[in-house]
Amino acid sequence: MIELQNVAVGYGGADLLAEMTLKLVPGSFHFLTGPSGAGKTTFLKLCYAELLPSTGFIGLFGQDVRLMGRDDIARTRQRIGVVHQDCQFLDHLPVAENIALPLTVAGRHVDIGELKELISWVGLRAQSTALPPQLSGGERQRAALARAVMTSPEVILADEPTGNLDWEMSLRLLSLLVELNKMGKTVVIATHDLNLIRQAKTQISARVLRIAGRRLHLAGADL
Amino acid sequence: MIRVVLSLFRSDVNPADRVVPPSSYTANLTVLTAAAMAFLAVFALALSMASGRLADRWSDALARTATIRISAPPEQADTQVQAVLEALKTTPGIASYRVLDDDEMKKLLNPWFGPDLPVETLPLPKLIELTETSGGMDAEGLRMRLAAEAPGAVLDDHTRWRRPLVEAAGRLRLLGGLSLLLIGGAMAGMITLAAQASLAANGQVIRTLRLVGARDTFIARAFERRFTIRGLLGAGAGTLLGMAAVAMLPRANEAGGFLTGLGFTGWGWLWPLVLPPLAAVVSFWATRAAARHMLRGIR
Ligand SMILES: Nc1ncnc2c1ncn2[C@@H]1O[C@H](COP(=O)(O)OP(=O)(O)O)[C@@H](O)[C@H]1O
Ligand SMILES: [Mg+2]
Repeated sequence: MIELQNVAVGYGGADLLAEMTLKLVPGSFHFLTGPSGAGKTTFLKLCYAELLPSTGFIGLFGQDVRLMGRDDIARTRQRIGVVHQDCQFLDHLPVAENIALPLTVAGRHVDIGELKELISWVGLRAQSTALPPQLSGGERQRAALARAVMTSPEVILADEPTGNLDWEMSLRLLSLLVELNKMGKTVVIATHDLNLIRQAKTQISARVLRIAGRRLHLAGADL
Repeated sequence: MIRVVLSLFRSDVNPADRVVPPSSYTANLTVLTAAAMAFLAVFALALSMASGRLADRWSDALARTATIRISAPPEQADTQVQAVLEALKTTPGIASYRVLDDDEMKKLLNPWFGPDLPVETLPLPKLIELTETSGGMDAEGLRMRLAAEAPGAVLDDHTRWRRPLVEAAGRLRLLGGLSLLLIGGAMAGMITLAAQASLAANGQVIRTLRLVGARDTFIARAFERRFTIRGLLGAGAGTLLGMAAVAMLPRANEAGGFLTGLGFTGWGWLWPLVLPPLAAVVSFWATRAAARHMLRGIR
């Protein structure tokens, strides 16, 4: 569903990442690691058509990203749930409406019961009428995860979803993602937290992608 | 098409409206400017229509009358008048003609010389007034015949002084139309600026919407809706005020001349009502263009 063939990408200057070839199959669970600044966020941006590769081919649900029009991009994003690293919300709308936003913009009906269920699943029932600026970092990240899965997308890309969380909360978020994977969703988590990866491996068969030296490597079993 | 237009006014079918934060107070400036523009447009329209009527009246009523002036020594005057009348009788394109008698001459001269003028004793030229048929007459042919048969007769078909008047009226009408176009252009420019400011202020909102999968039409709609409604409301108020102002212009009699003729007549009053929907259309397209332009910079 997400396919990269010999992809290189950069921001104007030299390539930040090169020679990346990868196929994310439905139902798979991947971690993406690498030091800060290695290009994890950049890689994920390629996967939701926020960035175009400088060379190589990227296919999203069978469509060549270079040939996608603006509406194609929008529709593709409706099928991919993204937990962005900076978790942007619409600050004038309450948390519940922000979580329902992907359905709203897609012109789809919002089932209030489902929405409530999802909000309690990420433990934000008490905050559902609060405005995003009133949330703590961890609450923002959980709200972002809820928003990402609202449309029941086939793929979930999470960029440092535990970045602001203490260990206990990180585990809770991880278990949410594991649960989603067990429901058949494809999951990619970018993180530099190796403990989190070790913890996940006890629950699920996850593969680890490591960015090193501008290349994407499939990490060995040493983690 | 009509459904699209109507849906702009229904907030319940416009979830896009909620996702963009409420506008700041500067948005009211858009309403105010739209009102001012519409107010001016009403006057441009009135000017254009009044000068159109004037041009029509002048060219129509005056076009079909002409005068023949016969200045001859008294002993020849009557024979020349007879000769002219003979000539007119056989000239095609003339509906009627008559010789002005002394009383009418007196009336014509009254404004210049007062009522006590002894018309009979003055060596005044004889005047024959004629009316053309709608087909018109051959003025040059008549002139040549008159030159041969009544050397003292001069045909004046009024073109000399009528043409500049009709031209001026036509030009005035054109200027009125041009003003309308300029007002429309200024309005489009103003809405574009306001929409751009609003789009820029909501850059983060728009980027977030795009990231969660919003299509351009969805995002643009919120802005289109707001500015269309503002343009419509503003122009509506401005138009009504403009119409009231035109209606309150002092009105003289039929012959009242140009200034008092500035206004609308009969069904003409419906024309200014076109302005608010027109303003709405202009606002809609200006906003859409601004939104599309801005969105192109966001993936
Ligand atoms: N929009 C951008 N323009 C230019 N350089 C950028 C941009 N975004 C990221 N970079 C650079 O690309 C590199 C990788 O960034 P990023 O993908 O965010 O890394 P990571 O998520 O692994 O920490 C960094 O050196 C960063 O400075
Ligand atoms: Mg990052």
